[in-house]
Amino acid sequence: MSEPLVKIRGLKIEGRADEEWIQIVNGIDLDLHRGKVLGLIGESGAGKSTVGLAAMGFTRDGCRISAGTIEFDGIDLRSVSRAQRRALLGKRIAYVAQSAAASFNPAHKIIDQHTEAPTYHNVMSKKDSEADAIDLYNRLRLPNPDEIGFRYPHQVSGGQLQRAMTAMAMSCRPDLIIFDEPTTALDVTTQIEVLASIRDIVEQFNTAAIYITHDLAVVAQMADEIKVLLKGDEVEQADTRTMLSNPREDYTKSLWAVRSFTRPQKPVADRNSTPVVSVANITAAYGKSVDVLHGVSFDIHAGRTVAVVGESGSGKSTVARVITGLLPPREGHIEFDGKPLAPSYKQRTKDELRQAQMIYQMADTALNPRVRIKDIIGRPVEFYGGLKGEARDKRVAELLNQIELEPSMYMDRLPGELSGGQKQRVGIARALAAEPKFIICDEVTSALDQLVAEGILRLLAQLQDDLDLAYMFITHDLATVRAIADEVVVMKEGRVVESGPKDEMFKPPHHPYTDLLLSSVPEMDPDWLTRLLDERGVDNLGDAASARIDT
Amino acid sequence: MKGWIYFALFLVAAAFAIFLIGGQGALAAVLKYAKWIGIIVIVCAIVSWLFRELLRRVMPEVIAKPMRQAPLTAAFGLLIILIYVAVSLGAPLFAPYGEAEIFKNINVLPGGNPELGGNPDHLLGTDQIGRDILSRLIYGARNTVGIAFLTTLLSFFIGITLGFLAATLGGWIDQVFSRAVDALMAIPQLIFALLLMTIASEWSYRSGISLTWFMIIIIAVLDSTRVFRLSRAVGLNIVVMDYIEAAKIRGETLSYLVFKEILPNAFSPLLAEFGLRFCFVFLTIASLSFLGIGIQPPLADWGTMVRDLSQFINFAAYDPLTAALPLMAAGAIALLTVAVNFVVDWMLHNTSGLKE
Repeated sequence: MSEPLVKIRGLKIEGRADEEWIQIVNGIDLDLHRGKVLGLIGESGAGKSTVGLAAMGFTRDGCRISAGTIEFDGIDLRSVSRAQRRALLGKRIAYVAQSAAASFNPAHKIIDQHTEAPTYHNVMSKKDSEADAIDLYNRLRLPNPDEIGFRYPHQVSGGQLQRAMTAMAMSCRPDLIIFDEPTTALDVTTQIEVLASIRDIVEQFNTAAIYITHDLAVVAQMADEIKVLLKGDEVEQADTRTMLSNPREDYTKSLWAVRSFTRPQKPVADRNSTPVVSVANITAAYGKSVDVLHGVSFDIHAGRTVAVVGESGSGKSTVARVITGLLPPREGHIEFDGKPLAPSYKQRTKDELRQAQMIYQMADTALNPRVRIKDIIGRPVEFYGGLKGEARDKRVAELLNQIELEPSMYMDRLPGELSGGQKQRVGIARALAAEPKFIICDEVTSALDQLVAEGILRLLAQLQDDLDLAYMFITHDLATVRAIADEVVVMKEGRVVESGPKDEMFKPPHHPYTDLLLSSVPEMDPDWLTRLLDERGVDNLGDAASARIDT
Repeated sequence: MKGWIYFALFLVAAAFAIFLIGGQGALAAVLKYAKWIGIIVIVCAIVSWLFRELLRRVMPEVIAKPMRQAPLTAAFGLLIILIYVAVSLGAPLFAPYGEAEIFKNINVLPGGNPELGGNPDHLLGTDQIGRDILSRLIYGARNTVGIAFLTTLLSFFIGITLGFLAATLGGWIDQVFSRAVDALMAIPQLIFALLLMTIASEWSYRSGISLTWFMIIIIAVLDSTRVFRLSRAVGLNIVVMDYIEAAKIRGETLSYLVFKEILPNAFSPLLAEFGLRFCFVFLTIASLSFLGIGIQPPLADWGTMVRDLSQFINFAAYDPLTAALPLMAAGAIALLTVAVNFVVDWMLHNTSGLKE
């Protein structure tokens, strides 16, 4: 076998925290051959991005490589001078970041940023590089390849920008590209386009790649080999098929098992009973601009979970804002327990406000960082229930027990001293503290690792059974919908395109848009993407999909 | 480390330049003062180190913990501020005479040596109308610092309340407040204060209310424009957070939102700003007093003292001690400003999360 392109031995990386160096990567070995794709997966904090960056001889600020060797094509990246490394970066090693929108300079046209590296490294003249860029845009199936490069980054969509960034990484035909979660911020339908184009172009140019992600189904499509990391240690490495069919380590098995949590659908609620929340013909707009919701209607019954799904921009979070009264609708009305609800939260009674609570996506911004946990949860207890002093603390302890956090340990902490999953649990407790009938869960699991997210879903399901809560579950993740929903509402461009009980929704025939959403969810099968592309049988998936929906 | 080497090189170069221009005599004179400056710096460093050790060991954990990471400059700043506070609170105890007490010996020279025109009863001498300068310096701490503190508090109360209201409510309320603040800020502050004080002196004369109260309100309002700007900007970043939204749809009142949800998160930048603004207010008051329309006699005040004693500076060539008299009040102002800034720098460093 030939010498690997990237050879890392005993890599140790330390990060600085509170004036101390703490080891965050504990001796990783890594081999990558030309033309191969290695998938790095793990939870957040596993060190996968850190290892990926180290393969370029680079560490983030506040980190340092403390031991080990990093060889790229026989060059020791740890001992080369900055100038020598600069000659490699961009030319022979390229990097694609998670957020293309944050990585492009908004002040320059896309193609001008594309041609920067080839002209800097004297690979091509600016003119040749522009022609090459258009060729790459073509290969990556970007719409209007001749023209799209001459736009500014904010003038193209997120998925297109991510592909433009991949094209940019390709501009010098590097030997190695590091993809750091390139599709995590994208919708499932867009994700497919980016995945397909990344895979094609990597194959066409025989480029080696390190693909970092936390999504197993995605990595199954992209990688030849998979390496699983946990807290800076390697768990195991194997080729993709072996890893999927026959994982050796328990940790890997637990990762694979996450997607197995599902709850049977509850019987459809009696049509004649009064729904807890009834939304009828809601049309709403931000300011005086165009409407973002067009005649949205659905009902939510007691003890049931209604999942509202759709891509970003489909108006699903706007529905939540209308129900909570933050955005009074232009037309239509909302009923709660059969009684009409005032359009603005300012006109609602305290009891109406208490009945409907909300849990947010980002627990970091949903909990006041300067308020202790007992006061965060205690405030609604005091505000709605009128409990004070010891009675209040007792109720807070009860709630903490309900969300499976030990009261004596967590009462006096600040949100910053909790993990992401624990913060989300506190968010749930704050909603429960009001003793509501109805809770809106806005993407509550999408910022969490899969194992943690699963815990949250189980907790929510448990609470629903105990307290007969009605949930409106906003998500773009269909795996979550499968796990927890009783009914599904599919939204697109501010309209409800299809709705019904979960079991029916996951069975054909579907509305074409539902079909597109469902079929776009990556599966844990390495052949899934190939098969899907064959089935759809088209080059430009996005265009084809929208063409199918329009007809 | 590199910084210190450059600093040493700079000192050597400066000494050489002085030698070239002024000859050996000039160099010797400069070195004499440099020696004193060096001694003062070292003594200050030792005192602050001792003070910091004291805080670390004796104080409860709340105070001792941050002090473990505090630089010497911060300890020095804290010490000076504490001394000022003690002096201004206990002025009647420390001062040998009353602040408005007049003696028959006027213009007694400082030093307390009768052969040189001094008087042991008045260590720093007396002024043109026979008031003891040491007593007035001590009482001046109480007036100048106390009034500046009160003014800054008032200006922060106005600025923070209006700034957070503008940030939370937005819309036309924000527009009205912000444009009004723009209009106030468009006029140079000291000139505007002078103008208003001139008008206020007439009101004060008619109503019998002390001019000092008018001064406090005028400077507080003018200075609150800066506080408004800052708290509105900080507030805007906080009101978009989900926890504010959660509080809103819980049905919380506006005052709860402003004081319980927003204020704790804006506390650190505002506290740092408080230190800085305190210095500016302090200097504005001293400037107004120096110009004769600030704190009025018989209240002792450092700005007024600088003005009253300013002609003594002409004696610098003959009697450095006498010439230093106006500089004592000025030095008291400078020292407090430096001390407050040391503490503010440290707090800013802590809150911004910058680590080496």
